[in-house]
Amino acid sequence: MSDVVEKTLTALPGLLSLDSQSTKLSSTSKLGNLIRGITELTSKHEEEKLIQRELTSIKEQVSSPNTSMRQMKELMVRAIYCEMLGYEASFSYIHAIKLAQQGTALEKRVGYLAVSLFLNESHELLLLLVNTVLKDLQSTNLIEVCMALTVVSQMFPKDMIPAILPLVEEKLNHPKEIIRRKAVLALYKFYLIAPNQVQHIHNKFRKALCDKDPGVMTASLHIYLQMIQENPEGYKDLTTSFVTILKQVVGGKLPMDFNYHSVPAPWLQIQLLRILLFCSTIFLCRDVAALCIHCVSLFFYCIQPLSSFPAILYESAKCIGNFVLSLKINLKYLGLKALTYVVQQHPKLALQHQMTIIECLDHPDLIIKRETLELLFRITNAQNVSVIVEKMLEFLPFLKIMLCCCIIYTLFIVLILFSYEEYTYAPDNEWFIETMSTVFSVGGDMMQPDIPNSFLKLLSEGFDSVEEDRKLRLFAVDSYVSLLQGEPGKLPQRFLQVISWVLGEYSYLREELEAATVLRLLAKLLDMKSTSSETKSWVLMAMTKLCEGGAGVSVTQEVCETYGSSLDTVLRQRAQELQHLSQDCELRARVLPRGAGLEPLEVDSSLSFLDGFVSEALAAGAAPYKAPHQRQEELAQAKALSLEPYGLSLPISMSSCSIADRQSPTLLSVSSGLSGDSPDLSHKGGSTTLKLDGVKRVWGREGYLSEREPVEESAHVEVPSPLQSPSQQGEADSSQSQTLTPIPTPQPEQEKQQLASSLFVGLGSQSSVCLMGKSESTTQRFRRKAKGTVSSSGASEQISNSLASTPSTANHLLCNNLLDSNITSDLAVSSLEQTSQLSQGPAAANGICDVELTGSDMSETSPTLIRDNGVVAADPAPHEDPDKLKDLCLRTHLPAEFSGLCHSEITPLCTNQTLDFSACHLQKEDSLALVAFIYNCILMFCSFQVSCVCDSPVQEARSHSVAVCQYSLTVKRPSVHVEVVGTASYQFPAGTPHSAQFSYKLPLTSFIRPLTVSTEEYGAMWLDFSHDTKQKLTLISDGQEPLTDTLNVLKKKLQLHVVEIIGMEGIVACRLLRDQPCLMHCRLHAGTLSVWLRSPVPDLPDCLMYHCQRALQEH
Amino acid sequence: MYKNSINFMLLFSRQGKLRLQKWYVPLSDKERKKISRDLVQTILARKPKMCSFLEWRDLKIVYKRYASLYFCCAVEDQDNELITLEIIHRYVELLDKYFGSVCELDIIFNFEKAYFILDEFLLGGEAQETSKKNVLKAIEQADLLQEEAEAPRSVLEEIGLT
Repeated sequence: MSDVVEKTLTALPGLLSLDSQSTKLSSTSKLGNLIRGITELTSKHEEEKLIQRELTSIKEQVSSPNTSMRQMKELMVRAIYCEMLGYEASFSYIHAIKLAQQGTALEKRVGYLAVSLFLNESHELLLLLVNTVLKDLQSTNLIEVCMALTVVSQMFPKDMIPAILPLVEEKLNHPKEIIRRKAVLALYKFYLIAPNQVQHIHNKFRKALCDKDPGVMTASLHIYLQMIQENPEGYKDLTTSFVTILKQVVGGKLPMDFNYHSVPAPWLQIQLLRILLFCSTIFLCRDVAALCIHCVSLFFYCIQPLSSFPAILYESAKCIGNFVLSLKINLKYLGLKALTYVVQQHPKLALQHQMTIIECLDHPDLIIKRETLELLFRITNAQNVSVIVEKMLEFLPFLKIMLCCCIIYTLFIVLILFSYEEYTYAPDNEWFIETMSTVFSVGGDMMQPDIPNSFLKLLSEGFDSVEEDRKLRLFAVDSYVSLLQGEPGKLPQRFLQVISWVLGEYSYLREELEAATVLRLLAKLLDMKSTSSETKSWVLMAMTKLCEGGAGVSVTQEVCETYGSSLDTVLRQRAQELQHLSQDCELRARVLPRGAGLEPLEVDSSLSFLDGFVSEALAAGAAPYKAPHQRQEELAQAKALSLEPYGLSLPISMSSCSIADRQSPTLLSVSSGLSGDSPDLSHKGGSTTLKLDGVKRVWGREGYLSEREPVEESAHVEVPSPLQSPSQQGEADSSQSQTLTPIPTPQPEQEKQQLASSLFVGLGSQSSVCLMGKSESTTQRFRRKAKGTVSSSGASEQISNSLASTPSTANHLLCNNLLDSNITSDLAVSSLEQTSQLSQGPAAANGICDVELTGSDMSETSPTLIRDNGVVAADPAPHEDPDKLKDLCLRTHLPAEFSGLCHSEITPLCTNQTLDFSACHLQKEDSLALVAFIYNCILMFCSFQVSCVCDSPVQEARSHSVAVCQYSLTVKRPSVHVEVVGTASYQFPAGTPHSAQFSYKLPLTSFIRPLTVSTEEYGAMWLDFSHDTKQKLTLISDGQEPLTDTLNVLKKKLQLHVVEIIGMEGIVACRLLRDQPCLMHCRLHAGTLSVWLRSPVPDLPDCLMYHCQRALQEH
Repeated sequence: MYKNSINFMLLFSRQGKLRLQKWYVPLSDKERKKISRDLVQTILARKPKMCSFLEWRDLKIVYKRYASLYFCCAVEDQDNELITLEIIHRYVELLDKYFGSVCELDIIFNFEKAYFILDEFLLGGEAQETSKKNVLKAIEQADLLQEEAEAPRSVLEEIGLT
């Protein structure tokens, strides 16, 4: 911090003392007068009057034709000032634009400023600015160009971008760096609001990245950060450049004026680091790590994603410590935050700072307190849950709504999880119910509805023991009855709903409690003014359950009369139900059996019982139902006749079929086909009748008929089973002793230590912390952790089966011994959220995908000497050219069974001094194989284990030899790119285990295989699939037959199977490994290709659409 | 929806009067007023020894008080607090250098200058130029125009070209 600044600022009086400063300030100006006038006023009302007067005068002057531009500038400044004070001056907007247009440079500046302050991006007046901007961009005056670029980078109407884009692009080559910099930022803005418009200038971005001016280079990083986030794959080649830049920055190669308090360009460093985190950092792990440590200690940026690198973690742990202990409150805050990130994986870190954490709990700043609670929440385990919950409850009333919700929610999860898992350990019934009551009354109506819902679910499903369940419910009933007898008016609505449900459901458990009493209590709720109608219907439901055996007839009658004529239809319905059911005991017993909470409820989600009604309506001439997207599609197609072949063959009597397939597109094409225009019809007629016949045959009645059955089935909605705890409580007790400080201390200290010991109990063991899968709630990345479960059996046999050569017996023995050393490891399967930048609209290719690896197969080959030398020579600089050499060398190690197949380039995944880990994938007919090569670079034996979903057997690699593992990959849930992440653990005979992480990314297309079906089968399948997407794609139109050409390109690039091409339409089929089909229907329409993809697998159509688009664009 | 790193920047006095506001995300007038009112209240209620960071809606708020003036920046959740705090400080440094020991009055009476400096420093919600020298050079060049407004056009162009 520059103390000088602070001193000068504090030295000056905060209030206005105008005399001393008058020379510097424009006190004579009208603005000066205005400001002075305002400060002299005492009341808000007077201020308002003054400003209104001012605005009227400004308005008069701006609209007067005699006002010069110079005066206009002055007026505009005053208008800005008035707007800032919160008074609207919309009349001046148009004049601001005029000023920017007509003024000389210095007036323009104010004009542009006013425009950027007054208008926001979507304001219609902005269109008037376009011409001005165009003119100024072409100006020979640099200042004017700068002003135009500044305003463009802040706000520009999206539709007008093409008008100025060439000019802005041209500015990238401008001799002045300030212009280049602003042009890059303007393009960044365009990229954000309309990415497809700037696609073609990606190469120029690269030039900007290499600009000799650091400012221009920094500006281009904004674009790269954005692009790499969207497509990390595409910029891998730049990774080394980014690292080089970062190294130069850290090494102080930038001009001195980029330093900030003797740190070289911190913003630039952070930006680069962010980019590198998105690139394949793991590949460059070592290099980046060194740099990160440097940055981390400065700015603490990357703790969260980097915490998986042990080396960095160690370093950062030290500086977290410094931060947490810091007396500066801001650093303390960041320290706590960082600790929150890392503590999940490394709970022991919290132990070092437990006393500081305890002190922070009592900090006067709520923000610090909250952060501490968040931290505590991360280390919650069965033993300290009640202490932590208690601390959180203390804190609840002070929190703002949002925070409150978060805390309550997390708290609730803690409660639920622990009550399930460690019931004996965890708090007893009373504690649980009372805590929840507090949560409900304090959290009130701000909390998410799923909290009360899960609470009720918990109550109704119960735990393992029937007796415990009964006690819990009984206690809930008791406690709620007494609450209702108190002052129910104060309770929040949500809590009242919970109470009425519990009383309705379980008050029979308390035998001495008469139903009539409960009914009266509930009726009291209905009479309260504050009760919402939603709550009232809950209450009425509860009363319906309770009104058995004529209990409280008078109360029920009265209620029915009041609400039987309510304007609220739901309430009226409930009141009617109450009335009927209270009179008809038998029916009541059937509808609302006691204690039926556990039985699954059958719900006919297909509404098949309405079929009769629907077919009657259809017979009477009603239009068949169409889903909204179909209606839209129909609107779009209304003008052109649909030529979809399978539409024609359908029976025209729709009444019979519409019930069965409300969603089917065929119906739609029938209707649109019927309503089509004549020109298309005639065109169709021209394409010979032969084809029409073919269509009829293909899409015959049989295909359709086979689809009629499945409607009958009714869906079962079952209450999901209780949450399963992912793992058990570890050996918590053993570590407990370490956490306590044995030295006797004074009383308050002792209290704190006691608190500490109760809070940090059980932290030593890893398992207790990942108990709840809390990682998901914090990391906020698309990462999912899963424990490798498949055991590695039979490894030795497989090794002996190795194909290329036989390993020596000595190795064999060693190998068997090493099998025992079981190194656990995790797999993180992550999928990258990908928004396809190339698409016109927002592509929907997002989602988490699971990759399943099955089977592992190992072989070891002993390489020849010559190869060895080649690799050793290449090793010192692993990221450079020798990769090719290595590729060649590794290729020879490919298992023989794959020799005939084409495989992808062998990419290095992770390289360090000892191991060189590379992989490639091979496309087999029925699977995708991932082959990993592990090359041991040093002259020692080394055992290792690679783990993805399944741990591979521990294997041993002699010095300078290559071991090969092979996996077969399948995709569980599709996403645009699939990433396999895993860990290679390795160990030298007498050393500590090391591990290296790797990730391997491959496009979804690697998993796509052709699906050979006949047109009939295709038609049958089409109707079956529920997930679909539609888009218009560009056509490849260089040949005679654009459709055939386009489909051939797709066939070649994506391995699709073209089923048939009929006139203007084509049908294509493919499958995702192993056998998840996806069908594609293409139609030529107005020079584009309308593609419709359908599949039973969610997301698959979207992902495939993305790849089709890419394939066609790349062509 | 795209995301800028900085969503908006507010300068306000201890009395809660806005001195400068810059919005980098499109918001309606009503929303802007509501946000600034809420934030000014929240921040003014905080005591001097408290930390400079708040979590507010889904944004991170970073603020710092310099004498009677509060500088407040809202950034996205994934952005770093500390680096944002340093952005605020660098802006104050720039103001200080430009006005020469800046005080609140300078900013009140020359708020348009303060905006010009901000526009050279941050653009569209991202840091544009972090070199103090370069920012001030750009501002000075534009200011020269102002002083020599009456000078012939060709001179202007020469200034621009230097």
